[in-house]
Amino acid sequence: MTLAQATRGQRIEVVAIPDPAVRAQAIRFGISAGERVECAEKLPAGPVIIAKGRQEIAVGRRLAESIEVRPA
Amino acid sequence: MHCHNCLSHINIPAGAKKIVLVGNPNVGKSVFFNAFTGMYVDVSNFPGTTVDISHGRYGGDVILDTPGIYGISSFNDEERVARDVVLAADLVVNVVDAVHLERDLFLTLQLVDTGLPVIVALNMMDEAKTRGIAVDADLLEHLLGVPVVPTVAVKGQGLDDLKARLPEARPGIVPPELQKELREMMRTVAASPEALLVLEGDEEVAGRHGLSAGGRREDFYQERRRRVNDIVGHVVREVTDGAGFAARLGRWMLRPLTGVPIFALILYAMYYIIGVLVAQDIVGFTEETLMQGLYEPAVRGFVGRFASEESVIGTILVGEFGLLTMTVTYILGLLLPLVVGFYLVLSVMEDSGYLPRLATLVDRLMNAIGLNGRAVIPMILGFGCVTMATITTRILGSQRERTIATAVLGLAIPCSAQLGVIAGMLAGLGPEYIAIYTGVIVLILGLVGKVLHSVLPGESTDLLIDLPPLRLPRGENVLKKTVTKSYAFLREAAPLFMLGALLITVLQVTGLLEVIQDGLAPLTNGLLKLPRETATVFIMGMIRRDFGAAGLEDMALGPAETLVSLTVITLFVPCIAALIVILKERGLKEGALIWLGSWLAAFAVGGIVAHILI
Ligand SMILES: Nc1nc2c(ncn2[C@@H]2O[C@H](COP(=O)(O)OP(=O)(O)OP(=O)(O)O)[C@@H](O)[C@H]2O)c(=O)[nH]1
Ligand SMILES: [Mg+2]
Repeated sequence: MTLAQATRGQRIEVVAIPDPAVRAQAIRFGISAGERVECAEKLPAGPVIIAKGRQEIAVGRRLAESIEVRPA
Repeated sequence: MHCHNCLSHINIPAGAKKIVLVGNPNVGKSVFFNAFTGMYVDVSNFPGTTVDISHGRYGGDVILDTPGIYGISSFNDEERVARDVVLAADLVVNVVDAVHLERDLFLTLQLVDTGLPVIVALNMMDEAKTRGIAVDADLLEHLLGVPVVPTVAVKGQGLDDLKARLPEARPGIVPPELQKELREMMRTVAASPEALLVLEGDEEVAGRHGLSAGGRREDFYQERRRRVNDIVGHVVREVTDGAGFAARLGRWMLRPLTGVPIFALILYAMYYIIGVLVAQDIVGFTEETLMQGLYEPAVRGFVGRFASEESVIGTILVGEFGLLTMTVTYILGLLLPLVVGFYLVLSVMEDSGYLPRLATLVDRLMNAIGLNGRAVIPMILGFGCVTMATITTRILGSQRERTIATAVLGLAIPCSAQLGVIAGMLAGLGPEYIAIYTGVIVLILGLVGKVLHSVLPGESTDLLIDLPPLRLPRGENVLKKTVTKSYAFLREAAPLFMLGALLITVLQVTGLLEVIQDGLAPLTNGLLKLPRETATVFIMGMIRRDFGAAGLEDMALGPAETLVSLTVITLFVPCIAALIVILKERGLKEGALIWLGSWLAAFAVGGIVAHILI
């Protein structure tokens, strides 16, 4: 499934981030393949907010659709 | 901007060390810079406040503030700027946020890996405490191999300690495998920081050494991430989960159901404070009672002793557009109170951490005009000053987004002084006029964005933004910022206003003003259905739009005429200072297009509104 399909409050594990530039940036944020995060919030047709510890990151919907995750 | 020589314009005395403040966005670097140098650079609660290098003296050394970055490489302009400053550094002060060590230590380890002398300021210890996070600074120091000083920058805690320990800054612990690779690379690339960047696949730095970048960036990053997680596992202990009211409020700001009303409320509060309280009550006093009632008669009387008011010199000084009368009244009596009011409100917003949440809330809307939510930050700053905001477009991810944002800023975003006048005039007309005005401007903004989005090649980047915790704005910072920005406004606006007033008076004395007014009559009178005299306002508006808007305030116009003229002056050309920055940031072609496009848009839209309403 993709990050865009996660539901609010769901715990997920990041499987793959295809775009290399985004992937590198995400590693710096602390989110790389294998990392467990929470889908903290989902705006209707808008960004998905993922939380890892106290870190909250908003991810645009189109980008979220390209990020592969699985329930954790 | 390729900033190979960013440092070249900074005068660094011989023997002075270059101390560079480096850290993730929004961790307090600029607070440290201000504390070290006694200067004031902008401090706000959103990632990307600093987009340029600031420099100041600290003892015999030079201290540099850099834009916040998540790592040193060449992902965007800010990183390139910061990277080159780091490469030239003698000593790095790495500011980290104790609440977000998982994120921040990534950069720390990268800095340590460069082999430069590093000292870490473990900042935001107060926030860590209230959120129930305990960080073992001694252990962190031991694991990194560089000094770690706990601080609360905004309260000045730990600053003396940091200053005292600066000389202890030293190269930290680099893993043996990496050391080996670095030694290899340093045979071709002498400097260790550059060697690291080449290894990590930084194309620009590799290019400078005639090398091609290796494709192993991710291996290095993954390995570093592993080290970070390991260190964090050892030094951070969560005592309680301290997510309180601020965290909940932060969520409400994001959800459309609550976020939209919150935004509406904030806009209304802004409108009320600026459009009603300041524009009517305060300005009523400063402009009419103080300036026109007391100051102007006094200065007229004084000048009258030397020259008659009808003489050329008298007209220039105290005539209708006099340098000592109208100009001073506009600047001090009308615009200054508005600008101060605006910056107060903006500073509170900037300091609270609301802007990144607003960016998330409006992301979907911004997508429609080829931007992502991040662009809301330059837009909101544009309501303060379009000149500053144009520079802030550097936080956007692609050139195409920067072009769109700059065009929208130059065209449709009125700056504080202008918006203050506009809000004041609209407030007197009633809600339906406010609605029409806002509707027209938003429509044009959308149209321009949409058109650019469809004609510009390439793709826009997606939103990926860090949401900082909400904070109660600090009075001191809000005040300092307001004063600094208002002063900057005075300094920028005053000479241009003088110039404008002088120009108009010369045109008036020579009779050219009437010729121009007659010449422009088909436009003003025919197209816009406004009195011929409004031509004067547009000439003023070419110098600065707020000058033009101020001129409108003095004219006797009916409600519909007021609306038309306000629409035109809003869409009119960006002020001279903004134009210069646009040219510098976006180049001659784009700058010229934006300027000419503003003429077209202003008169075309004004004409349409006029023909419907009047
Ligand atoms: N509670 C708390 N807030 C702090 C501390 N240090 C800085 N801040 C706040 O953190 C925010 C960011 O501070 P800045 O100095 O603008 O951060 P910066 O690192 O220069 O940010 P950029 O220029 O965007 O990279 C502001 O709202 C500061 O008031 C601290 O020790 N404790
Ligand atoms: Mg800063």
